[in-house]
Amino acid sequence: MSVKLNYACEGGNFDVAGEASAKIKKTLQRIGIPADVVRRIAIGTYEAEMNVIIHAGGGNVCAEVFPDKTIITVSDEGPGIPDIKQALQEGWSTAPDYVRQMGFGAGMGLPNMVKCSDDIDIQSTVGKGTNIVMTFKHKSEDL
Amino acid sequence: MAQSVYVHSLQLQKEKCQGCICCVKACPTEAVRVRNGKAEIIADRCIDCGACAVACPYHAFTVDSMELEELKGYAYNIVLPAPSLYAQFPPSVSLESIWQGLHNLGFNEIFDVSLASEYISKEIADYVMNYMGGRKPLLSSTCPAIMRLIQVKFPELIKQLVPVLPPVEAAAIYVKRQTVSKLGIAPEEVGVWFISPCPSKETNIKQSADVEDTQLTGSFNMADIYGRLLKCLGGNASLKVQTGSSYGMGWGGSGGEIRAAGLDNAIAVHGIRNVYEFLEQVSMNKMPNLDYAELSSCPVGCIGGLLAAENRFVAESNLRQRMQDMQKVEPLDRVETLSRSMVLEDFPESAKYRKKVIPRPMMQLDDDIIAAMEKFERMEEVLNSLPGLDCGACGAPSCQCLAEDIVQGKATEIDCIFKLRGSVHKMAQGMVALVNQIPLYSEPKPIEDEEDKK
Repeated sequence: MSVKLNYACEGGNFDVAGEASAKIKKTLQRIGIPADVVRRIAIGTYEAEMNVIIHAGGGNVCAEVFPDKTIITVSDEGPGIPDIKQALQEGWSTAPDYVRQMGFGAGMGLPNMVKCSDDIDIQSTVGKGTNIVMTFKHKSEDL
Repeated sequence: MAQSVYVHSLQLQKEKCQGCICCVKACPTEAVRVRNGKAEIIADRCIDCGACAVACPYHAFTVDSMELEELKGYAYNIVLPAPSLYAQFPPSVSLESIWQGLHNLGFNEIFDVSLASEYISKEIADYVMNYMGGRKPLLSSTCPAIMRLIQVKFPELIKQLVPVLPPVEAAAIYVKRQTVSKLGIAPEEVGVWFISPCPSKETNIKQSADVEDTQLTGSFNMADIYGRLLKCLGGNASLKVQTGSSYGMGWGGSGGEIRAAGLDNAIAVHGIRNVYEFLEQVSMNKMPNLDYAELSSCPVGCIGGLLAAENRFVAESNLRQRMQDMQKVEPLDRVETLSRSMVLEDFPESAKYRKKVIPRPMMQLDDDIIAAMEKFERMEEVLNSLPGLDCGACGAPSCQCLAEDIVQGKATEIDCIFKLRGSVHKMAQGMVALVNQIPLYSEPKPIEDEEDKK
């Protein structure tokens, strides 16, 4: 048994940025995933969603919710990440100035995704796109 | 359905309710439905913010209040006026005159809540300064409606609440203890009363989300007391009450907490919808560098409470002028000013009296995760079959909520008027089809009236 959700995100549209993560968050709450786990998933998904909107000109956010874990897959056909190791460093950012002025692009996106998820797989090819799969176990710490 | 364990002060007067959906749409936690032509509050979801009461054009919601007669049940009565009350009067009405008025209403003693606010401000400042490494921003916990909003909708943010008492609760603990030892009477004989600008404070006395053992006896509706107080204000009274500085006074309005605590990297958000939106963003970790957020359910803060008598912007101006008058005789330095008014001995520390705030999650469709997932899938199916207009005619605030109610067995698809119209249409077509199938052997003659024949 699993619940699948799929959302397309439009590149560069900051008006609706975060909507996919917000909807996923609501669904997880409805299913009864513990609050702190929901928060980790929401933050991780939000960071990935923002990356797609800022860098990739759009993409897809998918969630598959199982009783014991949630898998978030975020894919795009954007420019790709040339050096994943570098991109994983806190503060590393290639976001343009206008994006930074809006308070995004602080170089915490990928590090936050790593921090929030229990497992993360990043596949990226320059010129082709990026595919990120994050796994979150539904294991709650005490609130 | 099992009786909810949650107590509320908002009550619906069914005879006044016209079954419109103003309250349904206004509720931030989707806690109101119109069923059988009348509004119903879902007790588990209600946070006592009063948005429904504000929205109701028929004044069908009332807020519980104590009656002044209840003072007779106590040997000694203490009232705790807050800046929200002072702001109902123009600054030309002195604090002394308000206090005298309260005395005239039958209270033996007056304790100024703004003074307690200063002690709480200091606790907030200390907590924020010493907070290391945890999630930010820290959130204020002095508005009981916001506290409940976090419990039901944002339980993941409970850890970010600053664990301090609402000032009125700290004031009650202090003043009751003082009175018992000063007068040598039993604690049960002392009545400690608040004059509340909102239903959530009233509710938090009856059933506290954050205070271990409240020392407040009850609260009076500010709207009720205001008229009576107006009639017996003290003129040029000379009743002296120890009071706070402009910093404590500022707590009545939005931004007052931050100002009194001297926090730079902090913001004040007011109005329940604004707070909701803000907390959604906090929950997504959008503001990890902000130290503190002051949150109040009512627009412009407690002075804009739904039980306040004066227009909230006039009240804001009243409060500001009072503060300016106080500042004229205060030192420029905040800490120095506070040290002049904060001279009470043994003022209670929040840590001793505050209980753990527990989550009240209301979103989940079922206690069993598999059952919840099945209900979710079914809910999505139902939702896709609904028109998506969120018109509210079914009595739920949105199609999503109706879908949820249907899945939970609390509503049916034909509660949706569009669905109902579709069903009627289908049924009518079916009847036409049936009629067409009835073999007609001869044209039936029209039945003529006997009278017509003549």
